[in-house]
Amino acid sequence: MPEPLLEVKGLKVRFATEDGLVRAVDGVDFELERGKVLGIVGESGSGKSVTAMTLLGLTRDQNAAFEGEVVYKGQDVLTMPESRLRDIRGNEIAMIFQDPMTSLNPVYRVGQQIVEAIRAHESVSKRQARRRTIDLLKQVGIPSAEERVDAFPHELSGGMRQRAMIALALSCNPDIVIADEPTTALDVTIQAQILALLDKLRAEFDSAVILITHDLGVVASIAHDILVMYAGRVVEAGPKRELFYDPQMPYSWGLLGSIPRLDRPKQEKLHSITGSPPSLINVPRGCTFRPRCPYAFDRCTEEPELVNRVEVPDHLDRCWLSLDDKRRLRLETIAAEASIA
Amino acid sequence: MTENDGALLEIRQLKKWFPIHKGFMRRVSGHVHAVDDVSLSLAKGETLGLVGESGCGKSTLGRCVVRLLAPTSGEIVFDGQSIGQLRSRALRPLRRQMQMIFQDPYASLNPRKRVGTIISDPMKIHGIGDRQERKKKVEELLETVGLSPEHYNRFPHEFSGGQRQRIGVARALALRPKLIVADEPVSALDVSIQAQVLNLLESLQTGFDLTYMFIAHDLAVVRHISDRIAVMYLGVIVEISPAEALYDNPLHPYTISLLSAVPIPDPDVEAKRETILLPGELPSPANPPAACRFHTRCPYVQPTRCTTEVPELRKLGDGHFVACHWAEKIKAGAIEPIESTPIEPERQDPVEAPSA
Ligand SMILES: Nc1ncnc2c1ncn2[C@@H]1O[C@H](COP(=O)(O)OP(=O)(O)O)[C@@H](O)[C@H]1O
Ligand SMILES: Nc1ncnc2c1ncn2[C@@H]1O[C@H](COP(=O)(O)OP(=O)(O)O)[C@@H](O)[C@H]1O
Ligand SMILES: [Mg+2]
Ligand SMILES: [Mg+2]
Repeated sequence: MPEPLLEVKGLKVRFATEDGLVRAVDGVDFELERGKVLGIVGESGSGKSVTAMTLLGLTRDQNAAFEGEVVYKGQDVLTMPESRLRDIRGNEIAMIFQDPMTSLNPVYRVGQQIVEAIRAHESVSKRQARRRTIDLLKQVGIPSAEERVDAFPHELSGGMRQRAMIALALSCNPDIVIADEPTTALDVTIQAQILALLDKLRAEFDSAVILITHDLGVVASIAHDILVMYAGRVVEAGPKRELFYDPQMPYSWGLLGSIPRLDRPKQEKLHSITGSPPSLINVPRGCTFRPRCPYAFDRCTEEPELVNRVEVPDHLDRCWLSLDDKRRLRLETIAAEASIA
Repeated sequence: MTENDGALLEIRQLKKWFPIHKGFMRRVSGHVHAVDDVSLSLAKGETLGLVGESGCGKSTLGRCVVRLLAPTSGEIVFDGQSIGQLRSRALRPLRRQMQMIFQDPYASLNPRKRVGTIISDPMKIHGIGDRQERKKKVEELLETVGLSPEHYNRFPHEFSGGQRQRIGVARALALRPKLIVADEPVSALDVSIQAQVLNLLESLQTGFDLTYMFIAHDLAVVRHISDRIAVMYLGVIVEISPAEALYDNPLHPYTISLLSAVPIPDPDVEAKRETILLPGELPSPANPPAACRFHTRCPYVQPTRCTTEVPELRKLGDGHFVACHWAEKIKAGAIEPIESTPIEPERQDPVEAPSA
């Protein structure tokens, strides 16, 4: 197995707030390889963004406490000096957000921002940087790049701004691109273009991509591996096909079962997960999904570890049910899968 | 389209243009053609889905229907009464019968009011029942939408997104309306919660005799809930059809490309799916392309008619209408799609939709 680019071990992030201690991230482990796309899925509030931002040291704060390790190029990001982090951000690890205006400065022209990003990390002339910028804008599919390079962010449509932000993120050929819900606010047609673009750029630059989304459809095409997060924890992890065709956690079944599918005959009634996610201040004992799980039993008050419980070694989950029970019970939620497979 | 005896709502040649003001004198320099000649009808008890990319005019159409907006021209007939040009006082009694559910369950509930008050206010305004009766009614409604009567005295912030949307549904139901326009009611919710709210809306339909206009940009969600679906592009309807027929047999090139872009949560299906990427961007609704509005991005655009003749909605199947001159030929495979270089829409000042 090739050396991972990034290794996250036992990551925990807690925020002290007036209401109590928020366990925003409470046990996340994964490895990221070059040229691979890791999809992170889960409901809102499950800790996806905090995990992503922590990889760049963006959650550092006097009220924040960290545990575990985030090893990048042999160094722990969690304890790295701020000066080294600044080097990494944008240069080696770039981030793409749902709202492009978190990265683009509204008062500067788009091109100028990319030119400056290039020149902050490399010694090239303004002219060269501008030429590179126009090339990048073309690469991300912005038409009339020669003109739009001088546009202000507000002069571009939502889809174009998203592309401009991707161009900015890629301006330094980063090793890792973290995309946090990059297409959530976009229409499907534009989403399809942006995903195709991310995948093409990953292949071209051999970067690794962390793609965060709440939409399993989005990760079904371009991810290689998937983490399912629930209430701050990774509850299931593994190669994409494992997650889709042999899901082990009742929560994963729920996610798969509650999406109406265009490629299948219409269902009478959608499966839904009852209740809502727990407060991260007052997390249930044992399995955090227990209060919403239709299959919970005595043992579930005991905390399940994220370990391998199936034939495929890198497929991990946190559920106490027996393998036979899981494969039988999940048919109630995702029956159609079984009849097709 | 054909007159429908069972129609609860008839929209005829509806237009809604918004003026664009420029400069110091706020001179009107043009118009956003948000809804530009739309005709359709909704039968009693039916769910009509309305889909299309953001900015195509879905919300504007929905708001005209419930008369939160006054149409620029055209007619709206609700339950036999022409309501398009009514003024606010005359609209008052109609408000009971038409309700709207909004996307944002956070913004659409007054944070300073208790849930009980939020749901009972519309009844109070319309002089329905006394205080005791209203309270009882609200408690029943809370149960109907899957909350509990104990929630009566709570504030909206004490609820999750899905629960807030249930409160919005209870408020909409309080006056026993005939028509509910639901504008992206589940778009802001997580998938698991989305399914809860969709199931709720479906289960209420029969019991409360409801007709829905369901607006969404998620095509899988719309198909799940709708009997018929209308596809909008730049202010016009390009295709309208029974739900299943639209997915089994999409006829308008825009519908075809839209459907092809929906990701399916299944890796094997995804590996085979081919997305038809449309060139260019949505042209500005302030200056829509002439003739067929889709011609600047259409992979099947032809040298004749597309740029000179407005395509009418033509009937090509049972209840299936499409506004494309070449639909039959495209369907038969007689016209090859072009791998086109994008035709650039003319640059316009972007017009931002007001947040809603
Ligand atoms: N700076 C912070 N202080 C306190 N709580 C926070 C902070 N940032 C995030 N949280 C909380 O952490 C949890 C996880 O948030 P987030 O990672 O943004 O979720 P996701 O991206 O999965 O929707 C949420 O409950 C959120 O309110
Ligand atoms: N009050 C308004 N004033 C000016 N333009 C508006 C107003 N409301 C909507 N528009 C414009 O009308 C068009 C259609 O908007 P909308 O109906 O919100 O579309 P959708 O709901 O399909 O996203 C957009 O170009 C939008 O910017
Ligand atoms: Mg997030
Ligand atoms: Mg809208």
